[in-house]
This record gives sequence, C-alpha cells and structure tokens, in this order.
Amino acid sequence: MEKKNYLEDISEIKNLMNRSSRFLSLSGLSGILAGIYAILGATIAYLFLLPKGDYVVLHSWNFRMLVVVLVSVALLSFVTALLLTTRKAKQNNEKIWDGTSKRLLINFLVPMVTGGIYILIKLKSQHYGLTASLMLIFYGLALVNASKYTLGNIKYLGYVEIVLGLLCAAMPGYGLWFWIFGFGVLHIIYGSLIYVKEGKS
Amino acid sequence: MGLLDNINKLFDHRIRLGIMSILMVNEEVDFNRLKELLDVTDGNLASHTKTLEKAEYIKIRKAFIGKKPNTTYRATPLGKQEFKKHLAALEAIIKTKS
Repeated sequence: MEKKNYLEDISEIKNLMNRSSRFLSLSGLSGILAGIYAILGATIAYLFLLPKGDYVVLHSWNFRMLVVVLVSVALLSFVTALLLTTRKAKQNNEKIWDGTSKRLLINFLVPMVTGGIYILIKLKSQHYGLTASLMLIFYGLALVNASKYTLGNIKYLGYVEIVLGLLCAAMPGYGLWFWIFGFGVLHIIYGSLIYVKEGKS
Repeated sequence: MGLLDNINKLFDHRIRLGIMSILMVNEEVDFNRLKELLDVTDGNLASHTKTLEKAEYIKIRKAFIGKKPNTTYRATPLGKQEFKKHLAALEAIIKTKS
C-alpha cells in the first residue's frame, strides 16, 4: 500500500472548509480608520452640537446635524472598509463578491438593520436616551452573528460591544463616552491587532 | 493494519476529499464554486461527483437559472457520517505516528 501523508489530508480539509465558508480578507486598517472617524465625529458632536447640560430637542438644527455626523461616520467607515477589503481580497486571490461574502453581509445586516429601525422608531417617540446603548448592543450582536463567516475572533469584539451596550444602558448620561469607547477605541485596538497579524503572515 | 480499517477508500483522493470537506460546512454548493475552490477541470470534477453520488454520499440537483443549467450539490446524512468516521481515522493514524 502506498504511503500517504495523512497530515497533509487534514490540513487540506481544514483549508478548504475555511476557504469555502469564511471570508478572510477583512482589512485591519479599515478597522483602525473606522475608529478614528468615530472619534472625530464624536468630537465634533461634543464640541459643537451637544448642548451642555441641556437636552437635545428632536427636529432642532443641532439634532439634524448630529444625525448628519452619525450617517457620515457610518458611510465613511463602510466605504473605507469596502475599498481596503477589495484590495486585500485581490492580494489574497479571494473573490470579493461570492457566496461567502454574501452570507457574511446578510448575517451582519440582519441585526444591524433591525437595530437601526428600532432606534429610529424610538427616536420618533422621543426616546433617545438609550440610542448609544442600543447601537452598541445591536452592533455587537451583528458581529457575533457574522463571525461564523469570517475571522472567528471578531466575535470577541462583538461580546465586548454587547457588554458595553448593557453597561451603557445601566449608566444613563454617559452614552457619548461609551459610544466613543465602543466605536472608536475598540475599533482602533481590534483593527491594530488584525493589522499586526496581516504583517506577520 | 487495524488502524487503516476505517480509512474510506472513496475519500482517499484529493478531489473527492475536497468536495466532501466543502459540503460538510456548506449546505449547498454549485458546480462553478466547487470548480473554483478545488481548481480542477469540468470533466474531472464531474467524474468525481458522480462517484460520490453513486455511493449516496452526496445529492446532485440540476436546475436552470434562466437558460443556464445550474447543478448544485449537498452532502447526504450518510455522506456526513462516513466523512466523520474517515476524519477520526485520519486523526488516529496521526496520533500513533507521532
């Protein structure tokens, strides 16, 4: 009987299972940049838009500008991630749009969009106190849900965001700070970790 | 010799092993995706999927997307069970070797 390298078989199995079910080209740099955008956005909001000690009034100019800043941060992060991830996928010879990345996106978007709509409904009825907490919680759930289809360790970032969101709900008044930590600092830390790993491999 | 008893001859081939690995973690995969992941020719892939189908390890479903034929594959419960046995056998061999 011919001698076969069974160890090679096992590593081939693992490799194919990963490649066929996980999209592995998420860019670390885009995480870092997303964190920076978030911190910049929050700084603008803190310095110019959030009234000191007063409440934000719905439909006021400040409130609208706040929404504009928020949407810009989200959009900028998304476009950056898309560009850098496409570049990395090309380097890895991975297709940017195939069954795997579609599944990744869908699994990420279901909790995200649910949360987004929920927050909008609450805002309509003047419940904006929990906005930061809800954003963190739903974003965390989206990450945990999507982690099955990409870098597995992204679920830990998800867990931390969820815990942060719950803490934020328990400590009203500190929403902005939790938001900065969750979307800014954590993204920079996690993005740097991936970025360092990318450099090594 | 006992160790090799559980090695499944059908899986003792790079392409068939690859097809099963992919179908273990994906509910349903189409022909082109398999081809792309395994980097094989059409004829080669077709003959190996046929072998696996004959053993009832995978199920083949032919359909049309518009006018294009689209063939999809999934692993049967029997196929998954046999693959797990094969994996366990591989692991056992590696353990005793080292």
